[in-house]
Amino acid sequence: MKKALEIFKKHTMLIVLVLVVLFFTITTGGSMVSSANFNSLITQNAYVYVLATGMMMCMLTGGNIDLSVGSVVCFLGAIGGTLMVNKGWSTGSAMAIMLVVGLLSGCLQGFLIAYLNIPPWISTLAGYLAFRGWGTAILDGLTISPMPDDFVKIFSGNVPDIFGVPGFNLTCLIVGIICCVVFALLQLKARATKESKGYEVEAKKSTLIRIILVCAVIMIFTIQFAVRNGIPYALIWIAVVVLIYEFITSKTTIGRYFYTIGGNVEATRLSGIDTKKIFFLAYLNMAFLTVIATWLTLARLTAANPTAGTNYEMDAISACVVGGVSAYGGSGSVLGMVVGATLIGVINLGMSLMGIDANWQKVVKGVVLLAAVVFEIMNNKPKTKA
Amino acid sequence: MAKVLLEMKNITKTFPGVKALDNVNLKVEEGEIHALVGENGAGKSTLMNVLSGIYPYGTYEGDIIYDGEVCKFDKIKDSEEKGIVIIHQELALIPYMSIGENMFLGNERGKSAAIDWNETYGEADKYLKMVGLSESSRVLVKEIGVGKQQLVEIAKALAKHARLLILDEPTSSLNETDSRALLDLLLKFKEEGLTSIIISHKLNEVAYVADKITVVRDGATIETLDNRATEISEDRIIRGMVGREITDRFPKRHNVEIGDVNMEVKDWTVFHPLYPERKVVDGVNLNVRKGEVVGIYGLMGAGRTELAMSIFGRSYGTGISGTMTLNGETVELKTVKDAIKKKLAYVTEDRKGNGLVLTNPIKINTTLANLDSISSKKIIDKDKEYQVAVEYKEKLKTKAPTVEQNVGNLSGGNQQKVLLAKWMFADPEILILDEPTRGIDVGAKYEIYCIINDLVAAGKSVIMISSELPEVLGMSDRIYVMNEGKFVGELASSEANQEVIMQSILKSGKGE
Repeated sequence: MKKALEIFKKHTMLIVLVLVVLFFTITTGGSMVSSANFNSLITQNAYVYVLATGMMMCMLTGGNIDLSVGSVVCFLGAIGGTLMVNKGWSTGSAMAIMLVVGLLSGCLQGFLIAYLNIPPWISTLAGYLAFRGWGTAILDGLTISPMPDDFVKIFSGNVPDIFGVPGFNLTCLIVGIICCVVFALLQLKARATKESKGYEVEAKKSTLIRIILVCAVIMIFTIQFAVRNGIPYALIWIAVVVLIYEFITSKTTIGRYFYTIGGNVEATRLSGIDTKKIFFLAYLNMAFLTVIATWLTLARLTAANPTAGTNYEMDAISACVVGGVSAYGGSGSVLGMVVGATLIGVINLGMSLMGIDANWQKVVKGVVLLAAVVFEIMNNKPKTKA
Repeated sequence: MAKVLLEMKNITKTFPGVKALDNVNLKVEEGEIHALVGENGAGKSTLMNVLSGIYPYGTYEGDIIYDGEVCKFDKIKDSEEKGIVIIHQELALIPYMSIGENMFLGNERGKSAAIDWNETYGEADKYLKMVGLSESSRVLVKEIGVGKQQLVEIAKALAKHARLLILDEPTSSLNETDSRALLDLLLKFKEEGLTSIIISHKLNEVAYVADKITVVRDGATIETLDNRATEISEDRIIRGMVGREITDRFPKRHNVEIGDVNMEVKDWTVFHPLYPERKVVDGVNLNVRKGEVVGIYGLMGAGRTELAMSIFGRSYGTGISGTMTLNGETVELKTVKDAIKKKLAYVTEDRKGNGLVLTNPIKINTTLANLDSISSKKIIDKDKEYQVAVEYKEKLKTKAPTVEQNVGNLSGGNQQKVLLAKWMFADPEILILDEPTRGIDVGAKYEIYCIINDLVAAGKSVIMISSELPEVLGMSDRIYVMNEGKFVGELASSEANQEVIMQSILKSGKGE
């Protein structure tokens, strides 16, 4: 019983997610879990996962946020759209320009925040206003479309089947199985290494249950995508970003410093760590991921328009907070954030399917966000995943 | 005999694990200036916090009898209503507000919600005149110097109709002239019937101003001396302050060989980071040898921490000048990283504020300053990290269920051990320990002393900063005495004793 409670405490949001999915499956008569909706859950929320990863890195340093990301998405989209469509630049060079401009904006924010000590929310609020205006000005208030095919293809749409079995994407299935096998092997290897070095290991049962559950989830997605059009490209981008950042935050020295700065910036500084550099990197990194999010958004809409990216910063912050990233900094994990982003995505999708009024959807989302923070504070157990 | 205005009877105040006050008795007569003296941590400030209601009635034992009635203060406001006003050591004025606004903060003039600014500034000017300030009360507090700010604090207290004024180290941030002016003001108010309690380390000032002197030591009142009939000498006060016997509170060091000079610092001068004209450390010369424990004794605010942090990769101060040699090689440590690389460690006095990441577990804190040594290509070997943390936990006998325990949940003594472990793991040659035993119990203190002995036995050098005299005397091979940013004495442990050290501080204070 005590152990069950412990597991519940550790994975509360995951359990909530499962319950919410079940709830919507029942209320929508099963259409929630249709393969079409699985697909749109991923493609529509791809930007949230990417932006929330960057936002989490900022929040770890002490609850700092970046309000400008939505506007930067609009601004970079305007540049990309103008170059690719109006000026006829090649996709590669237009993307390179977007990347450079995005990183420059990140350097500027990082410099202002880390070295001039401008409070992050002021500095990024300025960015929020300026980049939205600048983007709209570039677009002259109009929408530019359609984006070139070769650009749209790498971010949107699905991976084609190389086997050509009609009605079932075999490539997708094979990739899914490979993922499962790799995951299982990694888990077992980590366990074996620990055992051979004589460290404490968890019960064999726990490892096995984890492998089975994770593989089951992977296979559910795999089959859902296989019977439809195959793996969405967006999912690949999400997976790459999430895995890289999960690795950085949990395994590397630099990732560790993000957490300790959020816990105690002076102690970190007096341990010989360049804390200003970490603050700078947080915002530079945010800009880098914003560039990727821009590509994903631009490709999904196949258009650049002045309202693109509206409220994206709020979506990213919500995903982090619901996913257990501390609003005060110092704790949170990429995988937790993924659960948070998915939960919000599922709630959005489920409510739309049920035909709930858009205004009431906002009310529900607000309540969920607040509930998550209240829960974190009441629970008051610092989730140190680092 | 004059009427007794305040009597504190058998006051006992315990904090978890420590008895801060033990059956303290204090009697203050109306219209006198009563001085409280004692070492840091003796319990003076705690006693005053009990009196002013910061520690509410019920959290301590004993009675406060003020003006003939037993008082049960719940909050500061209650004691202020009775005319007991405390002025803290740290000035509590808001720099970007005017003098008048500050004076009536929380005590605003006017009806209900609306503030009557004319009355505010009119009243304020009246009180300013009483303390001899000619400034307009509309001037912002940041525009006037520290000395005048202290006077504003007193004017603020008078505006609350104070009958009993408590001043905690009122002159600690003032120069000689300003201090004298303040003391004379107190004497003037005494003539007008105001009663004051003054807490001070500056014994010459105490002897000058006080009618009675109560000595507090180890949470108990030792004696009350009458300064009116016969002038009490400073020596007499010192004897009372430090007169405890030192028994076996310090573990013996056996045959530790003291080697060559490891670090030498010359003409070290540091200025305050916010007020670059203020000298915080002034021309300090210091050296430490291998296997040696060097003590730096000084009262709070003497510039000890500032000295240590400025040496440690310039982590404090501006305009730092002076030379530093490590093993005969002149070095310039511009960052904390450089300092760690050159095998220096600074173990802070403020373990919660800038030493430990309280929300993180022991293992993360242990490795923070030397993460690279358990990483390859910047990737942390978490198994190794765990092993290191366990090793240090056992070595230092840190009491915690596992190294996964968050540091914030440990007791002060165990936190201190984690902090020491962190810096020992950084593999330094020279450790600067700033108040290594502050706020921890006697048993844990002994263990920390043992760790210090082990360190020097392993050939490391230890610089121990402390404001506890017995600790400095019991542990050091050599002692520097610091006062007002300067080293005012250097003594071998054989020639040092409490009175000699106190004397050298006093002499330096008088010289100004």
